[in-house]
Amino acid sequence: MSVASTDLTTSAVASALRGRRVDLSGTVFRGALFATLAFTVVVLLTLLVSVVQDATPIFSGDPVLTEVRSDLVDTSTDPPTITQFGETLPVQVGTDARGREIFFQESERSFGDFLTGNVNFTDPAKNGIKQGIFGSIGIAVMVLLFSIPIGVGAAVYLEEYATANRFTRLVDVNIRNLAGVPSIVYGILGFTVLVTALDGITGGRSLISGGITLAILVLPVVIITAAEAIRAVPQEIRMAGYGVGATRWEVTRYHVLPYAMPGILTGTMLSLARALGEAAPLILVGAQTGFFTDPSGVMERLTGNFTALPMLVFNFTRQPGDVLRIQGAAATIVILLLVVLVVNATGIILRNSFEKKRS
Amino acid sequence: MTALTIDDLQGDRKRSRREAAVSRLFKTAAAFSIVISALIVISLFREAFLYLTGIKLDWPVHLQGDAPFIGFRPEFWIQTGNGVEISQLWTSGWFPRRGLFDVKTLLVASVGTTAVAMLLAMPIGVGTAVYLSEYASPTVRRIVKPVIEVLAGIPSVVLGFFALAWIAPNIVDRLFDPTSSANLLVAGLGVGILTIPLVASISEDALQSVPISLREASYGVGAKKVQTVTRVVIPAALSGLVAAFIVAVSRAIGETLVVTIAAGGSGGAVFPESFPSPEIVTEPGLTMTAAMATLAAGSDQVVGQGNAFQSLFFVGLLLFVLTFLLNVAAGRIVRRFRQVY
Repeated sequence: MSVASTDLTTSAVASALRGRRVDLSGTVFRGALFATLAFTVVVLLTLLVSVVQDATPIFSGDPVLTEVRSDLVDTSTDPPTITQFGETLPVQVGTDARGREIFFQESERSFGDFLTGNVNFTDPAKNGIKQGIFGSIGIAVMVLLFSIPIGVGAAVYLEEYATANRFTRLVDVNIRNLAGVPSIVYGILGFTVLVTALDGITGGRSLISGGITLAILVLPVVIITAAEAIRAVPQEIRMAGYGVGATRWEVTRYHVLPYAMPGILTGTMLSLARALGEAAPLILVGAQTGFFTDPSGVMERLTGNFTALPMLVFNFTRQPGDVLRIQGAAATIVILLLVVLVVNATGIILRNSFEKKRS
Repeated sequence: MTALTIDDLQGDRKRSRREAAVSRLFKTAAAFSIVISALIVISLFREAFLYLTGIKLDWPVHLQGDAPFIGFRPEFWIQTGNGVEISQLWTSGWFPRRGLFDVKTLLVASVGTTAVAMLLAMPIGVGTAVYLSEYASPTVRRIVKPVIEVLAGIPSVVLGFFALAWIAPNIVDRLFDPTSSANLLVAGLGVGILTIPLVASISEDALQSVPISLREASYGVGAKKVQTVTRVVIPAALSGLVAAFIVAVSRAIGETLVVTIAAGGSGGAVFPESFPSPEIVTEPGLTMTAAMATLAAGSDQVVGQGNAFQSLFFVGLLLFVLTFLLNVAAGRIVRRFRQVY
């Protein structure tokens, strides 16, 4: 056997042991997986950019151009004018897709008016989302007032008080099932119970009905996250409490709850963000779909007509004309997303600071 | 030296009374969730019963009128009209105001959008989860995790707008040339994007729960990374991925705003002519949830045939039963796969 052939055998064995240098299938698989991940990121970016783009005319206060019939325009003057309700107003000249001359009436619009104005479908330039902002704030307050005490109470019961019996199992299974019920079904609950049966207390299609419906909607999530936070409290802390003679409630109140509080707040914030973005139950509970006058007085506001930011987005998308359907909806979405993201971020920051403190 | 009495061991009466009161209070809070479930079921059955038979069951709480009281009135069963006829539930379309309540039109639209949504969300969601769980460096995880959390927090009404204002003109209209730019495909893609974070997070949990020893055994017998992932890790996590699929289907069927805004159904819909070809997704349609939302958003009480508005609750009951069964199935599968390791 020559030296050269031995070398050849050695290198063949070495390369067989190493395997092929380029793992083609592995690279392709990894690339495909990375593409799916990149897709998710790209979709989110596209969504945010397209919404902000659509909303720009409102944020920069561009005037609204409404097309007017050309036979009503007096073209002898410069610029051409239109006479409406005894008023002579200038119009702008443009061309349509086929190159014909068309006339626009210009109406002023500002971002400040959009934030502070009432819903107005007849004059889109004066349309505003103030009522939606009010409604969403009211809903947020009611969700917090209603779902924190009941949610944390139920979680404390399940983690600290409950013994392993049939009632506890029933509650546990029930909460998990409730968390999977579609939001529109909660709307049915709100409609039949709060709007119809308890009409005398809630005022029917009112902010109270809407707020409580959404509080009930997020209650399972509040309970589940609060229970997880309470479960994460080290057992030693409870033992130390009982060791010095504290009762169950005293241990819970002074040791377990303070320790679990950041986790509970995180869950509450995430639930609040969800409640602020939900529109389906509000449609059933009867949030206003058009113009309405604000009720006067605090009680009247609570038991009277209402709307909310996600509801406004839904209503705007159903209107004809880009000013409401695209621009109005997009600008409302930007405000809604800011609110939802700030609430979400608060929750995530709370959780991170909580994880850091414990480690 | 004084002897201990029983009183000394019993402790402060006031404290134990407070203890008992607090315990009862928490138990009431926990029981409240059962009350909610009961009320949901009662509401759905009561109104669906009224829709089917024309008989209204009385509430035990009466706040209106000159004498508010609690309890059942003597006339517990109140005949308010005729129930829907079975033939009305199987016609050529869903037009509640004209007395046409074809449930299969709604079901086909719901299944169509859900199928599109799953075709998008399953590969993307599971792919993202596999990458994050098996390949991603800590830096990539740190960037991508918050992105997915942000996407999960975006309200469905926003996805509805995005589907209508961006996906429809830029993707679907160019690729498929549909008759209407609002259709089931557009809505399905919107719902799909909405369920990606859900699929990704459940799948990632399932993949993470596969023991590291399985991967090491695979590498030990000379398998490459890609072989380990596709032949060991993914099969081991399969039941979790199936659970992710079922939960996502349940969520997609129950999703309301995206399909109401972007699926193109307004109040009524005919049974798609192209059924059962996949082309039905390029047509506008009305899903179960969208039918409910449009009925409720239409006007205070829908005018038309007597029980048009009540059909909302019948569809709601169907939806509730459907999602409930799916959630129970997913729960079973998750419990079973937890027992393996």
